[in-house]
Amino acid sequence: MTALQVQDVWKYFGDFPALRGVSFDVEEGSCLALLGRNGAGKTTLLKILAGLSRPGKGAVKVMGEDTRAEVTRRRIGVLGHGIGIYDELSAEENLRLFARIYSIPDSERVVSQWLERTGLQNVREGLVREFSRGMRQRLAVARAFMHQPTLMLLDEPFTALDDRGIAVLQDFLNDARRAGRTIIMSTHQLREALELATDVALINRGKLAYRGARTQEMLDDPTLLYRIYG
Amino acid sequence: MTPLSFTESTDKPAADKATAVTSAAGEPPKPRFAAIRMILAIAGKDLRTEIRTKETINAALAFAVVILLLFSYAFDPTSDQVREIAGGLLWLVFLFAGALVLNRSFSRELTNDCLDALIASPASGAQLWAGKALANYVLLLAIEAVCLPVFGIFYNLTWLGQLPLLVLVIALATWAMTIIGTTFSAMTVNLRLRELMLPTLLYPMLIPPVMGAVKLTTTIMAGDPIGDDTIWFRLLIGYDIIFTLLSAALVEILLVG
Repeated sequence: MTALQVQDVWKYFGDFPALRGVSFDVEEGSCLALLGRNGAGKTTLLKILAGLSRPGKGAVKVMGEDTRAEVTRRRIGVLGHGIGIYDELSAEENLRLFARIYSIPDSERVVSQWLERTGLQNVREGLVREFSRGMRQRLAVARAFMHQPTLMLLDEPFTALDDRGIAVLQDFLNDARRAGRTIIMSTHQLREALELATDVALINRGKLAYRGARTQEMLDDPTLLYRIYG
Repeated sequence: MTPLSFTESTDKPAADKATAVTSAAGEPPKPRFAAIRMILAIAGKDLRTEIRTKETINAALAFAVVILLLFSYAFDPTSDQVREIAGGLLWLVFLFAGALVLNRSFSRELTNDCLDALIASPASGAQLWAGKALANYVLLLAIEAVCLPVFGIFYNLTWLGQLPLLVLVIALATWAMTIIGTTFSAMTVNLRLRELMLPTLLYPMLIPPVMGAVKLTTTIMAGDPIGDDTIWFRLLIGYDIIFTLLSAALVEILLVG
């Protein structure tokens, strides 16, 4: 089944076309690595997929529904550039807030589980502003995916993570893939992304330059796509 | 650290399952009272953050008390003139102090891109707006509750006999301030000059309710019967209803486009 349909999406910032007629589908359970150089339009596209921004032209459907439909927003988990957590609240308060917003049943148990899973149970009452960057990023992962989304959108997820954090996130994403979740992630860490990905899309100056399955050649030479397409 | 794990994928997210009310039309189920719980969660978060940081309430209170103190020296507190301008003076202070609170309503969400996390969540624009408006309303009422006795002492006014009516006027006019302020806070959140833009947009829009509040407050503080001034009550109620509905309907467009 098609998890995501992107149909001729255009997005303008003033007169500048950040996205130019981008179209592609993503099958349920696949992991798409969204590649492209700085300013290519990856974050703009992810924001549209997440329902944070409307396309100027074209349409995006998640499981056949509009991205702003409530059912879609419950299906999506977004980990963007910003971590989306409150500095003046504790780790536990942050997760409890989002558990209430997502109406997660048995939220106290779920929050405790995620604090343990991300290694933050000992600092659960500590204010986020006192956390290291890695701890904040781990809390952001819990915040974004605590509600078990079927479509996970990640924008530069490996940024600011140390080796241990990257390993944890990779395990987490592999686990999500095994559970049949659909993952779309933009990143500059080509090797990490390509190891996880089943599919690859490359955006060059707002246009979809390549879309296809991830191949062994790409794993052997992660910069191959950039050399050929942009 | 235990491994992060997922349950088997289903068409509907896990959050929907246990507390869901099944829809006969095959539509995705919605948790009971989810909207109210979202609104209260967002309002509670804003109030908790404000209580911890005190970043706007301290500034607004200090500003309001200083203005009241300065004006009390500028006028003779025993004169009848003060009684005539009491309503205007009080609402000018509430308005300027309130703008300090309202300015931060949405802009505090920009840190760590928290606004994106909220917009991407199941909370609709209207629910997000309602949660923020509720928190702003509580904060503005708290500031006004402190200012009112200070005002009475500095200006030698006794209004305790008319307290229920005064509370009604304050409740209605403060809600008008809150809904317009919260909406414009959402509208200006991505502007660089939002601190300047919000008052520029806010004050003209608030002319009708502030006129009503000033007129009613002056009448109440003078101890006169409301009489013909009930029309101002009707204006405040009408304004509150119309702009509450309008703001709730439009805020999604303001936030997402």
